[in-house]
Amino acid sequence: MTEPEDIAAPYWRGAAEGVLVLQRCGNCGVVRHYPRAICSACQSELVEPQQADGRGTVHSWTVTHHAFDPRLADDLPYTLVTVDMREGVRVLGRLDGDTAPAIDLPVRITFAPGLDGTPVPHFVVEAP
Amino acid sequence: MSRASVVGVGETEYTKRSPRTALQHQLEASLTAIADAGLTPGDVDGVIPIGITGAPVEEYVADFGITDLRFSAVVPHGGASAVGALQLAGAAIAAGLCSTVLVPFGRNTSSGAKAGQRIHTMPQFHFVSEYERPAGNIAPAQLYAPMARRHMELYGTTSEQFGEIAVSTREHALLNGRGLMTRPITLADHQASRMITDPFRLLDCSLESDGGAAFVVTSPERARDLAQTPVDLLGSAMGHPDSPSSITQRPDLTRVGVAKAAALAFEAAGVTHADIDVAEIYDCFTYIVLCQLEDLGFCAKGEGGPFVEGGRLRLGGELPTNTHGGLLSQSHMLAVNHVVELVRQLRGTAGAAQVAGAETGLVTGYGDMGDGGVAILRKGTS
Ligand SMILES: [Zn+2]
Repeated sequence: MTEPEDIAAPYWRGAAEGVLVLQRCGNCGVVRHYPRAICSACQSELVEPQQADGRGTVHSWTVTHHAFDPRLADDLPYTLVTVDMREGVRVLGRLDGDTAPAIDLPVRITFAPGLDGTPVPHFVVEAP
Repeated sequence: MSRASVVGVGETEYTKRSPRTALQHQLEASLTAIADAGLTPGDVDGVIPIGITGAPVEEYVADFGITDLRFSAVVPHGGASAVGALQLAGAAIAAGLCSTVLVPFGRNTSSGAKAGQRIHTMPQFHFVSEYERPAGNIAPAQLYAPMARRHMELYGTTSEQFGEIAVSTREHALLNGRGLMTRPITLADHQASRMITDPFRLLDCSLESDGGAAFVVTSPERARDLAQTPVDLLGSAMGHPDSPSSITQRPDLTRVGVAKAAALAFEAAGVTHADIDVAEIYDCFTYIVLCQLEDLGFCAKGEGGPFVEGGRLRLGGELPTNTHGGLLSQSHMLAVNHVVELVRQLRGTAGAAQVAGAETGLVTGYGDMGDGGVAILRKGTS
């Protein structure tokens, strides 16, 4: 007997390869994130992985100046952005580069190792 | 008509680095609240412990010699749990399940993990722990900062307006006299305080503190025979934001759970905003007060910044708020201290921070990532 696959496994496989993989409901087609066991629109368990376009716009942000984990002391200050992805979900990650965050700033997702080597979203500003 | 009354309140000394355990703080605050009511520990037949540090109910049964515990429950909503417990105590009493409910809280944070570590042991934060913490999104200040930043960008809300909340709350803490913070601050002090995670400066953030607070609820009929002027629960409601387990995925970052609870609580209480003489608003961060004032309907969404200006929240202002110094300047007792203070205000025993003639007041809770509670209380006739 095999264990049921973790609902988040496709996301983490994608993240390790540098791409954002979302869940698309196999019944109604609604795309969701973070990974959940059922669709909040139709409660179906059917799900298909969908690679995201990767582009989005900044919804909000914070610039962190305090090391809440001592391993992050060298990163300070760092910017965390909440991004509206084209698929209608949001992703939180680091904003790379020197451009100041702003509402609706166009960005594109990449991944890079974070704490404990976990791949985490990074965003780079898209040329207008 | 009220179905429950708060009849006893108690607090320990508020300190940092207390040598006393969380359980000792809970028991001490509870005994003070029970004595304040003119009851004995064995009179308690219901217990709703607050928070992840809450001792098992069995501890109270044993330590207080309770021979017939009829009701116990846990409200799993962090800073909204105190208001939730008040509502639940009232419902249990009105249903005849029990007669006298103790709601205790106590903590010792100095010997344990900070908030930025504690939340990652809590299942309701699992999306943050799994997907956001590795990117450096770790502490509550960081989770809530994008809510405040979005509000600033959409509505022009300023850091100085957050600062006004910090300053008025500190003023009240000094009048209250029990607060951990004992020196006045100015708006300039707020603006000069260290940036923690934009837009939150150090003086936008609540305290890590040790101590305990508790209150006792019984029926309005029984309350009339006890030691204190009863304070009646007129109405209460709980509400939860959409996407309660992920702020990142929340459709509207600028609204929290009390937005859904407020109208229900006012309707149940049969009062209007103009009737509220004093408000104790959950204040883990300055912005969270401003946001709730909007969500409660004291002003429209986006108008919270101008609303808090001009001393409106200060003693003598139109809506004296957090008259004890709150979580920002008195102690972080998960809003059990907010309930304690509102009861004292409505009894008329709040000391130097007493709102003259206060008869009706409101207390809120804000838990985890936005769970909300609102309770409206009124001075009863003894
Ligand atoms: Zn579906």
